[in-house]
Amino acid sequence: MNTLLVLPIIIPMLTGITALLAYKSRNAQRWLSVLGSAALLVSAVWLLIEVEHSGIRATQIGAWPAPFGITLVADLLSAIMVTLTGIIGFAVAIYSLATADPAHERFGFHQLYQFLLMGVCGAFLTGDLFNLYVWFEVMLMASFVLLALGGERGQMEGAIKYVTLNLMASAVFLAALGLLYGTVGTLNMADVANKTAAGLTAEQSGWMTTLSILFLIAFGIKAAVFPLFFWLPASYHTPPVAVSAVFAGLLTKVGVYALIRVFTLIFVQDTGFTHNLILVVAGFTMVTGVLGAVAQGEFRRVLSFHIISQIGYMVMGLGLFTPLALAGSVFYITHHIIVKTNLFLVSGVVKRLHGTLELKKLGGLYQLMPMLGILFLIPALSLAGIPPLSGFFAKLSLVQAGLENGAYFIVVVSLAVSLLTIFSMMKLWNEAFWKKSPTAEEVALPSLSKQQWAALLAPIAVLAAITVVIGLGASSTFALALRASEQLMDPSAYIQAVLEITP
Amino acid sequence: MEIVLAFVIGGLYAAGIYMMLRRSLVKLLIGLGLLSHAANLLIFTAARLTRAESPVIPMDQQSLANAAADPLPQALILTAIVISFGVTAFALALSYSAYKSVRTDDLDKMKTTDNVNEMQEANP
Repeated sequence: MNTLLVLPIIIPMLTGITALLAYKSRNAQRWLSVLGSAALLVSAVWLLIEVEHSGIRATQIGAWPAPFGITLVADLLSAIMVTLTGIIGFAVAIYSLATADPAHERFGFHQLYQFLLMGVCGAFLTGDLFNLYVWFEVMLMASFVLLALGGERGQMEGAIKYVTLNLMASAVFLAALGLLYGTVGTLNMADVANKTAAGLTAEQSGWMTTLSILFLIAFGIKAAVFPLFFWLPASYHTPPVAVSAVFAGLLTKVGVYALIRVFTLIFVQDTGFTHNLILVVAGFTMVTGVLGAVAQGEFRRVLSFHIISQIGYMVMGLGLFTPLALAGSVFYITHHIIVKTNLFLVSGVVKRLHGTLELKKLGGLYQLMPMLGILFLIPALSLAGIPPLSGFFAKLSLVQAGLENGAYFIVVVSLAVSLLTIFSMMKLWNEAFWKKSPTAEEVALPSLSKQQWAALLAPIAVLAAITVVIGLGASSTFALALRASEQLMDPSAYIQAVLEITP
Repeated sequence: MEIVLAFVIGGLYAAGIYMMLRRSLVKLLIGLGLLSHAANLLIFTAARLTRAESPVIPMDQQSLANAAADPLPQALILTAIVISFGVTAFALALSYSAYKSVRTDDLDKMKTTDNVNEMQEANP
């Protein structure tokens, strides 16, 4: 058994449990949370190095051979996603040192946060579809409580929509699992892929196309693609900033990961239908997301709608379904998780300074804190895709893949959406940072200790630096993404690693 | 037997969706419960209903002698039931505290977070 694969799940679980035991001491919980996330980051990076060095790793839990037991698998995509989880987990753990409300901490903020990370890592690492469902539920349960923590009216309303639509997605996922088991008789992803590759009867292949749509709906709700995204803008701006930063960075991306996983491994018989449908969905997601963002007048709501529009880009790479396009998707996910979390963290500092995130009431932040302005501009421009930041290269590879495939329409759409993204980021810049403060009295810097300022700004600065580094060293990141996508396009290595057979 | 169950499942889905489309918060939760029951029965039925022995290998043998029922779907359903139990309990608690802060169970009145510019007034 390969312990390395279990560590990203065990570490947050143990941290969460230890923090539960230390529920009386606020300080102990906080530092446990930081330590645990740091350990998670270390183990994730270690896993990435190992997978990059020696190929796909798999381990059978309880030594039950696949497909009977639960398998954990780490290919490059999983390892990259776990590493990103580690980075975001650590950054937000530090950030919440300065922002977490003592009342929320008493109700288990840190513990829930660790269980959320556990659910996310589990979903990335599992090789079994039913187990994926269980990890989704672990993650959702923690996110439900984190979203509702504090119990303000807006949070309650947002949480009801979030809970309902996500439970609906789970019910669809569960039904799809049952039907898939009835069709192929297994739920181990590699085994399903192996059986479908070996040939299906006409009845079975008809079922597979139907099932692919059920999976598309279930994961589409979780990934917030058009027309299933309505829970996201209704809820993401309601919880405390640290919570919405983690949600924005990680949760929808679990849905995207699941889509990529099943639509490269299992549902590849009828790509003319399924993947073209995904491409259409991607186009609509990009456009509706960005148009929604343009209409909004609140900082975090603008950012929430941009998540939707960015999901469109990630799904576009899956829809094009070439190695270059998938590499673009992986690159885009990497870039997006870092940048989007960072923008939400900046919005938290803005809220600290002004007490509100209404764009009408904001202003003069650049004058007040020039450094924050720069730290906002870096991820904002990266999101819009200005070279040499990471977003440019992510979009470049998707556009290139689209042109190679002759999918000109989606390329035009994606470029137009980029322009609107710049427009919307400039609106945030003008309204929040550049224009004069509308309130008569000058906004003063809040009285925070030096450590608190460091805890607020250090994660933002580090994430901004990562965007710049990914952009400047784009060739090496892209090479990694390309290798991940080659593994996805040719699943034989994955099947071999899990089932220990040659397909 | 499959036919009967198919109608039961279809009925549960229809009733669940209908309840979810009502305006009342409590009916929404009932609808969610019905949906998860329907999904559980669907797993049960889709995995083939077989009248056979339980898959236990006798002490003195190495493999199953006769045809046996597949135990896996039941394990899956059991897991799903446990999860939906926990989730439903949470949803009930959430709806109660939502009722306490919004003072209504009319879902049409719970849309302040969707209004473009009125968010801050509702959530000071």
